[in-house]
Amino acid sequence: MTPTPERRFPESPLVALDTLWFQVAGTLCNLKCTHCFISCSPTNDSHEMMDLPTVRRFLAEAETLGVREYYFTGGEPFMNRQILEILEAALALGPTSVLTNGVLIRPEVANALRRLADASPYSLDIRISIDGWNAAGNDGVRGDGTFERILEGIRNLTDAGLNPVITVTEACAGAATAEGRTRFLSFLRSIGLARPRLKVMPLLRLGAEERRSRAYEACESLVGRELTPDEAEALQCSSCRMVTSKGVYVCPILIDSPDARMGERLSETLRPFGLRHRACYTCHVEGLTCRT
Amino acid sequence: MPDLKVGPVTVDHGSFRRVAFLGGIYSNYLALGEALKIARGRGVDGIFALGDFGAFGPHPDRTLEILREAAVPAIQGNYEESLYSDAGDCHCGYTDPRDNHYAQISYDYTRDKTSPGHKAWMGTLPGHIRLTIGGRKALLCHGSPRKINEFLWSSTTPEPFIRRLLRDHDADLVVCTHTGIHWSRFVERGRGIVNCGALGRPANDGRTHVWFTVVEARDEGLAAEFVPVAYDHDRLGREMLDEGLPPEFVETIHTGDWTTCLEILPGKERGQSRF
Repeated sequence: MTPTPERRFPESPLVALDTLWFQVAGTLCNLKCTHCFISCSPTNDSHEMMDLPTVRRFLAEAETLGVREYYFTGGEPFMNRQILEILEAALALGPTSVLTNGVLIRPEVANALRRLADASPYSLDIRISIDGWNAAGNDGVRGDGTFERILEGIRNLTDAGLNPVITVTEACAGAATAEGRTRFLSFLRSIGLARPRLKVMPLLRLGAEERRSRAYEACESLVGRELTPDEAEALQCSSCRMVTSKGVYVCPILIDSPDARMGERLSETLRPFGLRHRACYTCHVEGLTCRT
Repeated sequence: MPDLKVGPVTVDHGSFRRVAFLGGIYSNYLALGEALKIARGRGVDGIFALGDFGAFGPHPDRTLEILREAAVPAIQGNYEESLYSDAGDCHCGYTDPRDNHYAQISYDYTRDKTSPGHKAWMGTLPGHIRLTIGGRKALLCHGSPRKINEFLWSSTTPEPFIRRLLRDHDADLVVCTHTGIHWSRFVERGRGIVNCGALGRPANDGRTHVWFTVVEARDEGLAAEFVPVAYDHDRLGREMLDEGLPPEFVETIHTGDWTTCLEILPGKERGQSRF
């Protein structure tokens, strides 16, 4: 009988902790997008909201480690009642981005964000997700009526003088092609973004997306692969960690995988990570980074 | 050929008091000539060039002839690394297809017009230079001390990160370029980062002049002064058009506003940008 070969996975080294993520709204969201790789929803509390003192504790550790930039995501970060104070605390230490669906960015929130951006020497980027150039495309993924509500959030930001980054996933068919990008950029100009900033994201076949399209196939794995040092260092997990209410995870994608939790404090997570997850395949093959 | 990707050669150049740093020249040989005159007039005891001698502008060999004739000590930028190794693109590090489109036009022109002898010389340049200014340890790099094409912008290079870079690279001062916009941030007396800007195109500030930087030892530590350089930008623009370079590039030379390769700008710098 032939022995089963050992299943070996390549590792990603932690080259430098440059980017620190916070799952600041946990997995709680006001929307229930059908492509969400961590299945966020109004009722998913598997990761809880983070409060200001908790965020501050990690920011203090990040400062001593020389972290370069901060990202806040969820769930929907603007469901967190302390989000503006949290962003202010991060902006005192470095450039800060917040990933949002935009629905809760009312004029007073947009104006408060503008004040925070102006008060810091570092960049504040608001990144808004939209999944199509019309309601028919977007609402099928993000929910009925969300297209108009997202556009209103974008308008409120532009009225406040902020130029958000717009993210579209490949759930919007053709968005990743050159023609699709051109069409999307034209759409963004048509809604008042004179200098459109666009990020196109591949899909992760996890969580809700696994049910919407398909799960990863057996061949979509890094098992047995050897990555060159350059390839390993190109992965976002070589320079990031993700903080949630449950601890510190390797990256923003794998927070539903208990074995991707690397410790309680950042200092416990400064070590390599085995790339045994299917999403690792997407990051490697597609060159995916969750950073802007 | 040295394999600079494995570990950039570092050359030690000794002690100085007042030093001029020339950032990306991008084939703007007219501005380079003016900058050298201004720097010498200010009594600097050293002039260093931090890479990206070609790109954007016309007749790349003219810049290289001036630099080599003046024996300006220089390090490689990503352009020199790409040109001497005959790479297919500039490795500028852009991520947006709109930026890469114009970057490729620049690179193809520059690769075609740079003579083989100059390309070979680029392969002899170190990746880093070390020197001291008033006893402070300075490390010269192109993008960042850790990566030749890393962008160190003012709004994305915070103090805790600067402290880490200085600690990790045993330096009091890091001098870099690559972004095209000059800035400095000192985290304590005589310790910090200076991005010396670019002589190749204006600093996206609606003004036609370009910039270099003088760092000087003073009682209170180190001081960085950004020096504007006026030059015959009408002539440069004419020559760029004659060479078939994009009118978008020439518009930048005439207006001081970036029209290309600006998607890479972080939020704050983009917010201050006309386009």
